[in-house]
Amino acid sequence: MASSTEPILELQGVNKSFGVVHVLHDIDFRVYPGEVTALVGDNGAGKSTLVKAIAGIHPIDTGTYLFEGAPVTVHRPNDVSALGVEVVYQDLALCDNLDIVENMFLGRELKNRGMLDEARMETMARDALKSLSVRTVTSVRQTVSSLSGGQRQTVAIAKSVLWNSKVVLLDEPTAALGVAQTRQVIDLVRRLADQGVGVVLISHNMVDVFEVADRICALYLGRVAADVKAADVTHSQVVELITAGRSGSLGLAPAEAAESM
Amino acid sequence: MTAVSSRPRGSSQPKGALAESDFAADSRPDEAFGEAVRSYLRRVRGGDMGSLPAVLGLIVLFVVFGLANDRFMSALNLANLVTQAGSICVLAMGLIFVLLLGDIDLSAGVAGGVSACVMALTIVDAGWPWWSAMAAGIAAGALIGVLIGVLRAKLGIPSFVVTLAFFLGLQGVTLKLIGEGGSVRVDDPVIRGITINNLSVAAGWIIALAVVVGFGVLEGYRYRNKKALGLAHPPLGVVVARVIGVAAVILGVTYVMSVNRSVNPNVEIRGIPYVLPLILVLVIVMTVVLKRTSYGRHIYAVGGNAEAARRAGISVDRIRVSVFILCSSLAALSGIIAASYAGKVSASSGAGNTLLYAVGAAVIGGTSLFGGKGRAIDAVIGGVVVATIANGLGLLNQSSYINFLVTGGVLLLAASVDAISRRRRSSTGLG
Repeated sequence: MASSTEPILELQGVNKSFGVVHVLHDIDFRVYPGEVTALVGDNGAGKSTLVKAIAGIHPIDTGTYLFEGAPVTVHRPNDVSALGVEVVYQDLALCDNLDIVENMFLGRELKNRGMLDEARMETMARDALKSLSVRTVTSVRQTVSSLSGGQRQTVAIAKSVLWNSKVVLLDEPTAALGVAQTRQVIDLVRRLADQGVGVVLISHNMVDVFEVADRICALYLGRVAADVKAADVTHSQVVELITAGRSGSLGLAPAEAAESM
Repeated sequence: MTAVSSRPRGSSQPKGALAESDFAADSRPDEAFGEAVRSYLRRVRGGDMGSLPAVLGLIVLFVVFGLANDRFMSALNLANLVTQAGSICVLAMGLIFVLLLGDIDLSAGVAGGVSACVMALTIVDAGWPWWSAMAAGIAAGALIGVLIGVLRAKLGIPSFVVTLAFFLGLQGVTLKLIGEGGSVRVDDPVIRGITINNLSVAAGWIIALAVVVGFGVLEGYRYRNKKALGLAHPPLGVVVARVIGVAAVILGVTYVMSVNRSVNPNVEIRGIPYVLPLILVLVIVMTVVLKRTSYGRHIYAVGGNAEAARRAGISVDRIRVSVFILCSSLAALSGIIAASYAGKVSASSGAGNTLLYAVGAAVIGGTSLFGGKGRAIDAVIGGVVVATIANGLGLLNQSSYINFLVTGGVLLLAASVDAISRRRRSSTGLG
């Protein structure tokens, strides 16, 4: 079973404050290779802060950041991408005036005697899209401005395949998409995990979460309310964990939940 | 720490059969020529017009001026037109770098004036040889670029305001250097020769043929390579048409410049003015930098979406400072060419409508004022259009107010075309 393997990325007892506001309380969070871990929680539960802590945008105050079992220090986003962790942000960060290949290699262009190696970049970009069975793009030399929301999301995700990422964090990848496009992206997330990548999916959409996630980590007011296998919980239990921090035997102790109010 | 190879994984994926919709357009063996023309027309209708309006406009201008004044089409006037366009084209090339980021440099014209002034004074007062004086002038331009770039990138002052301040301040510098109302003569034979001397006819033809053959071979080689590797490529017909078009322009210009254009039957003037090969070299270098290096790619990226570029690890500030340096350095070269043409540097060098002409040239050529779109060749096409207007109206003996009105109107027209095509691009989803 995948969960019996070692986590590829692990946070232990992580705390983060902004001034007097204590946003993350003793967070324990694990990402396993080949699994989709859904990170759920209400607005203000600390999802974004946690993602930014993992991405190296907000350095953690206390706690341990482990990658492949070894503690690492993370100060900047570059430290994280050097580990092989890719973050796909909600607002996507693609350049509209560049084509798909140019965007996928942006900042990491392949060169041949000082000049751009367009042939190799184009071939690799196409292979990366092919490996994710992307079927909706007619040409990899289309500019990104001509792509739909789902196709843009696809390009952003395919970039992580191209760069051999070990962990991919997806921030609300389906938030702005229609039904068919959401379908495409969810399938893509699954295929990414099947390639052995540890995927973190941040989402508000419970249908998406239950469809694709192997594990669910619910945050409640800056604490981990539960970190469970998706198969072990029901839809309504997860909603209770998100809204109240507990559900039956799961979740925070009543005192703890009240304290963090 | 774990070492992660930056080797992309894509290459190791097994190659499966392509589904019909998988990059169908890329793998389709050969798009028919007619289909390529149709898709080009579709792009034009969608707002992606590139240099098309400028080329059509140029044809109209030539027909109108040619009919209105029979001296316009004379070899002498056309050679004059080329040297007039020279400084505009070089200044527009510099501005294109800045415009690609969505910034503007209003001080480029007077930066050229200051630089030309530095060059002239180091020759006249200090007795420097032409090459070190020219280097000093370009270094002065680069220094101005550093100041503008740092103020824009590090302090975050809008480029419009920074460069407006420099536009005023640098005119003061020129006045101080030359002294009120005066001017400095530029007599150095090499500097003057840039615009008034010509290549020999034989040398002109050799260079023209070498460029045409080189371009044809390069295009053919790239076409064959892309086809062999199964990459996206234009159909053969388009490649051939492009090579023929470029060859026609280069050989046509060389032919016109090789005709004796002297009005005095005892003297013969023929050959390409030196400024033309200089511009050709600049265009080639700038095209290679913009299209074939990661530096150029990063300029487009910052102009398209600065935040995305920053997240991709590109140092946006460094790119921004560097384009202002390039812009002011090319402006310095442009100022030197203008001084070569005029034979002097005066207090008003680079002021007045110099900058407007160059911005007009860049925009008319197809560079967007909104950033992220533009090519080196735009500067040349637009520069020729602007120079043609100035030259043609001059021949018609129009008062200079007409010249200002027409040039202003053309700039406004080009900016409107840019704004409208940008809107259409975003509504049709074309790049």
